[in-house]
Amino acid sequence: MPALGADMDEGTVLEWLVKPGDEVHKGDVIAVIDTAKAAIDAESFSAGTIGQLLVDVGQTVPVGTVLAMITEPAARKAAPQPPAVPAELPRQPAPPEREPEYVPVAPARPAPPISPLIRKRAHELGVDLAGLRGSGRGGALTRADVERTAARRGPADAGARSKATPRARRVAAELGVDLAGVSGTGPGGSVREADVRRAGPAAPARESVPAREPAPAALAARSGAERARSMRQAIARLMARSKREIPHYYVSGTVDMMSALNWMHERNRELAVSERLVPAALLLKAAALAARRVPGVNGYWVDDRFRPAEAVHLGLAISLRGGGLLTPAIHDADGLPLAELMSGMRDLVIRARAGRLRGSELTDATITVTNLGDQGVESVFGVIYPPQVALVGFGKVTERPVAVAGLIGVRPVVVTTLAADHRASDGYTGARYLTALSDLLQKPEDLL
Amino acid sequence: MTPDQAQHAIEEAVARVAPDADLAGLAPDADLRDGLELDSLDFLRFVEILTERTGRQITEDDYPHLATLASTVKFLTGG
Repeated sequence: MPALGADMDEGTVLEWLVKPGDEVHKGDVIAVIDTAKAAIDAESFSAGTIGQLLVDVGQTVPVGTVLAMITEPAARKAAPQPPAVPAELPRQPAPPEREPEYVPVAPARPAPPISPLIRKRAHELGVDLAGLRGSGRGGALTRADVERTAARRGPADAGARSKATPRARRVAAELGVDLAGVSGTGPGGSVREADVRRAGPAAPARESVPAREPAPAALAARSGAERARSMRQAIARLMARSKREIPHYYVSGTVDMMSALNWMHERNRELAVSERLVPAALLLKAAALAARRVPGVNGYWVDDRFRPAEAVHLGLAISLRGGGLLTPAIHDADGLPLAELMSGMRDLVIRARAGRLRGSELTDATITVTNLGDQGVESVFGVIYPPQVALVGFGKVTERPVAVAGLIGVRPVVVTTLAADHRASDGYTGARYLTALSDLLQKPEDLL
Repeated sequence: MTPDQAQHAIEEAVARVAPDADLAGLAPDADLRDGLELDSLDFLRFVEILTERTGRQITEDDYPHLATLASTVKFLTGG
């Protein structure tokens, strides 16, 4: 049972999406786990063949319990007794160990590191990086290598394994659609609900029951009231721990949003509604890039020391309609093109509210952003999510009189705040972060 | 598009974006986004569905016309 968040100590298996004998890849969703906060899609941290499922559907077990055995493929020839590894892995998965004899072409020098962005792209396209040779400097893998491989592999191969989201499976079952015949538009060609609906019989009468976008989690083991209570308790525990352990310090600034918003409106004019940006997308991208520039606020406080994170996984505080909130992460937000960050954000909000998040999204955030601008407040000073060390807050973008070059004008401004862990950094670092954030927002075209 | 059709399109869009929202309990001249607690992403989705349903191009400059139920009906009926 993986810890799907710092505040989780037990979980309930709601659904197994694999059975013994199934082959899984790293990152495949193998089970749906119910936690205090939500039903989460749990991913496999290793590749191999599912051996045995050790925990039954409906069973609640503590974090750390082995859920299933996965036989690693690398062991198939060498070892007579294939070692089984637990499907459950620690929160910070170590890089997969590989024995030298399985490295396809042993390079004279160690292979250049693969950037998180390329890993992510490979994951989306379902490309296995292990067998790829890079065309970049020193044999480094490039984005183009990954995309070429995915294109070469073609749709036949991609369709061989039917990958589908749990929601898509459910809808397919309801509509009697065979998933094997549905082509997916999700990451790695996975089948999403929309794909199933397209392929399936005409949607049932809409007039009577309007199709709901964030569907009620049919699998959720907890009732609404129960869920609200357990969510409140989980938030209470984590936030109390934060205030008990973390000496917060706070800094704030006011950012001129004129050029950013003008640029955005100009750009949106030419775009279909579905591709338009909202100011929050610009703020998030700037927050991620600023964390890259000022790494002292991006990472974890563990074992009495600050461990800076290599990637910027931007946690996003998303309030749920029934109350409570979740803070899933957008992976490698600093490297994502703005349009992708925007669609990632929309996707995350929809899935958070529908109870369809992946485990890695709930555990990976290296810094979190809360944006209460839509609720009309001017500024928000947040409480840090341990073990992270900083939380960025955005208020509402409002028009204010501002002095520019000796003249007073009316401009849209936003108040930015940073709550940071004084054990990990000092006010000076926090101030540099907000300054970097402001600078980035003055050159919106660089946020693309 | 008739006012009834416009009203229907709005109801469907709201039902899809914010299933729990109570559109019927909202006065025609009350602020839609505030009244239904739509954030900027919800609102974008709302506009997207209205565009799909009505075929009407809605630019950002038109957003002020979508402030209330009454003004949105008026906008969609070509007013």
